[in-house]
Amino acid sequence: MKVVIMGCGRVGSTLAAMLSEDGHDVTVLDKTADAFRRLPADWQGKRHVGNGIDQDVLARIGVGDADAFIAVTQGDNRNVMATQAAKHIFGVKRTLCRIYDPIREEMYKELGLETISPTIAGANLLKDLLDNPPAPVSAESAGSDA
Amino acid sequence: MYVIVIGGGKVGYFLARELMQEMHEVLVIELDSVKCERIAEELGDIVLRGDGCEATTAELAGFGRADMVIAVTGDDEDNLVSCQLAKTKFSVPRTVARLNNPKNEKIFRLLGIDTTVSATAAILAQIEQELPTHQMIPLLKLKAGLELVGVKIPPDAKVIGKELKDLLLPHGTLLVLTVAKDGATRVPTGDSTLQPEDEVVAVTRPENEEALRLALTEP
Repeated sequence: MKVVIMGCGRVGSTLAAMLSEDGHDVTVLDKTADAFRRLPADWQGKRHVGNGIDQDVLARIGVGDADAFIAVTQGDNRNVMATQAAKHIFGVKRTLCRIYDPIREEMYKELGLETISPTIAGANLLKDLLDNPPAPVSAESAGSDA
Repeated sequence: MYVIVIGGGKVGYFLARELMQEMHEVLVIELDSVKCERIAEELGDIVLRGDGCEATTAELAGFGRADMVIAVTGDDEDNLVSCQLAKTKFSVPRTVARLNNPKNEKIFRLLGIDTTVSATAAILAQIEQELPTHQMIPLLKLKAGLELVGVKIPPDAKVIGKELKDLLLPHGTLLVLTVAKDGATRVPTGDSTLQPEDEVVAVTRPENEEALRLALTEP
C-alpha cells in the first residue's frame, strides 16, 4: 500500500518506521528537514520537505497515487485541511487524521474523515490505569512457592 | 444582522468597524489579548477572547443565532475550520472566509464555504487592469461560478466589422457592454459590430475565459 504521512514528529516517524517494516511504500512529509532525524538510520522510504496544506506540494509528492494519507502534525487545523484536500481533491481512499480537540474530532468524523483524538484515548488509558492498578510485584509474591 | 468576525487583526478590525457603522450587531473573536484590548478600546465591548475554531468558544459567542460568520485570520486552515464549524455544528446560514493563498479557493468551495475573499487575487487583478499588454482582465466574480471580464479588441482582430450574431462565442457567454475608444458606451445587440480598441465587458465561466479571449482577439 502506498502511504503518505504528513508530520514527522514522534508519532509520524514511529508510524513511518512501522509501516515501512510491514513492507508498505511510505512517503514522509514535513515542514522542516530537521524532523527527518527521527526516522530510522536505515530509512529507505521517501521524504519531502514542504507544507501539506499547499495543494501543489501534495500534487508534487504524489498524493494522487496514494492509497492512504495520514496527518499527524501538531496543528489540528493543518491536519484537517490537508486530509480533506487529500480526500476531496486527490481522491485518496483512506484519509486518517489526528485531532487533539475531541469536539473537533467528532465533527470531522461525521464529515467522513477517519479521525483519532489522542486526548480522549490518553485520558481513557490513564483512567483505566487508575481504576485497575497493576498487581504489585513484591518480593514475597515473586519468591513465593505456594 | 448578527455577524461574527473571527480574527482581530487589521482586516478584522476594519471589517468590524464597517459593520458597526452599518448598524449590524458585531462580535470579534481574537486569541491575542493585546489585539483584544485595542479593539475594545476603539470599538467598545464587542470582542471575545478565544479560539474561533473551538466549539466551546463558538457556543459562548452565539454561533447558533449568527446570520453570518466571517473568518479573516492570517491562516487559511484556521479560517476553514471556523467556517466548517459554523456550518456543520451551528447551521450558520452564511460563511465567508479570507484566503491568504488564492490556490485554496477550490478546496474551500468543495467543502461548502459560501464565499471566499482573496486579497492576493484582488490585488493581482487590480494590477492586471493596469497592464496594457493584458487582453483580458477579470473584473468581478458573480454568483454560480460566473465571472465578469473585460476584453480589449486589438486593432488586427479578425472579429472587427463582423456582426455579433455571427461570432462563435463559448457556450453561455454574454457580451453585456462595449466601450469605444472615445468612451461611448453601448449595449451590444446581434447586429452590432466591434471596432478596433473597443473594450468589451462579458459574462462568462472561468473555464471559457481563454476561448472567449481567443474568439475576440485572434488576428
